[in-house]
Amino acid sequence: MAEQDPHIAPDEQPTFEVTRRTVIETGTTALLLTALPRAAFAASTVDDDATLPAAASVELRINGHLHSLTLDSRTTLLDALREHLALTGSKKGCDHGQCGACTVLIEGRRINSCLTLAVMHDGQSVTTVEGLALGDDLHPVQAAFVEHDGFQCGYCTSGQICSAIGMLAESQLGMPSYVTEDLAQVAVELTDAEIRERMSGNICRCAAYPNIVAAIKQAGGIPT
Amino acid sequence: MKAFTYQRAETAEHAAAAVVGPGAKIIAGGTNLLDLMKLQVETPSKLVDINRLSLDKIEDTAGGGLRIGTLVRNSDLAADQRVRRRYGVLSRALLAGASAQLRNKATTGGNLLQRTRCYYFYDVTKPCNKRSPGSGCAALAGFNRIHAILGASEHCIATHPSDMAVAMRALDAKVETVDGEGLIRIIPIEELHRLPGKTPEIETSLKPGEIITSVTLPPPPPGVQVYRKVRDRASYAFALVSVAAIVDSMHGKIRSARLAFGGLAPKPWRSPRAEQVLAGASANTTTFNAAADAVLESARGFGGNDFKIPLTRRTLHSVLTEMTRA
Repeated sequence: MAEQDPHIAPDEQPTFEVTRRTVIETGTTALLLTALPRAAFAASTVDDDATLPAAASVELRINGHLHSLTLDSRTTLLDALREHLALTGSKKGCDHGQCGACTVLIEGRRINSCLTLAVMHDGQSVTTVEGLALGDDLHPVQAAFVEHDGFQCGYCTSGQICSAIGMLAESQLGMPSYVTEDLAQVAVELTDAEIRERMSGNICRCAAYPNIVAAIKQAGGIPT
Repeated sequence: MKAFTYQRAETAEHAAAAVVGPGAKIIAGGTNLLDLMKLQVETPSKLVDINRLSLDKIEDTAGGGLRIGTLVRNSDLAADQRVRRRYGVLSRALLAGASAQLRNKATTGGNLLQRTRCYYFYDVTKPCNKRSPGSGCAALAGFNRIHAILGASEHCIATHPSDMAVAMRALDAKVETVDGEGLIRIIPIEELHRLPGKTPEIETSLKPGEIITSVTLPPPPPGVQVYRKVRDRASYAFALVSVAAIVDSMHGKIRSARLAFGGLAPKPWRSPRAEQVLAGASANTTTFNAAADAVLESARGFGGNDFKIPLTRRTLHSVLTEMTRA
């Protein structure tokens, strides 16, 4: 039985047969891969430039674990997560900040991980979808997405879930949205219109929107 | 993306000094710059990261205004209680722009300096005088639905995409900069962005190695503040037409009005003539039509964007009607 990497979702755990030897080799390879600029493996981020890529060191606390990486300075946070740390829960959709599939939380705030460089976040905490559950206990937003069928193909789901968690925190802080009628109002009432506006940075091409709204309402403790 | 060196600035002056030469760029939120770098529209050889500078405060000024550090994130600026209560037009404009994820990252200075979303500027296989001076403007006879009807030239008809800057234009904001030698300059926002003329590649009055450190809002003028944005989707889309309006009126009589427009021009567009028409006039259809005539006096469509002329007229009419009601 392969040891489960707690940072990788169960369905994305490597499925190869593991012996003591491969464990050792894998460990070494993981170190090497982490140390080398691997951005070249990430589609469409790098061209065959004559200039040597500049290496940069970065320390990130990802889902509670400290990672020291040496990266090509061009590496986006999304590529660092997916290509260097095998945290493939955060998805690359458009790679231009238009779809929200890459949404992660930095110091608790949601951002598009495709539009930021990993080196810009040295010393900061990143939470990805892999870091939400406590063991087998799903995060309430994850559980609500399952219960309300807040997805079809699932590609946008990790972004939707991270975004929803960030959005609920913003609402708790009383941050307004474009559809908030009274800007002076301190407490946010998360109506369907508020949720839809606040989640407009996450596109779902299967159009699971009604169920996503229902899941967020449940997770946010909002009466339906 | 082309390779670049990356360094973190220790002070604003240090950052400014580091970007004097060609090929060097400041990175703050990075949401626009990295997007353009991936497409090789922007190809800096050096990035200077200013995110660690303590330019992220919103402070009251002695004169009753607000001083906004250049690194204040769009979401934090929109949510600030002082902005919400006294500069509602700015809060609304910010919340009308981009998505929550982008607003959490995008900064005040970066929002002002973001580049146009003209399709041809983004497409490196097409001529674009802004991206590649002298190559021509593919938008003139191309798909120009989103392009400018005011302030454009035969060399470039791109619009400035910001909502925030439109509200700041109505509020007469002042932009503070510093250079590598520590020299501070105050630029009225109307003088920050340039019209394209023959040199659309020069978009602002900033000198090489001069960086924005803050934006100051004077005390709010009297009147109601509204930001109305008309776009193709209800959320997360750029403006076809937007209006930032501050109107002081009572019993159907307009005392003063300020009007700034987005989506229409290469810079946030203010119309002093329309404001003159409104000042002291009765709030009625004749007045609103005269104001729209003044705004659109020099308007010119390029085919795909002809609709923006009547759309601006109707949007202004609707906004003024709403603001002077009762």
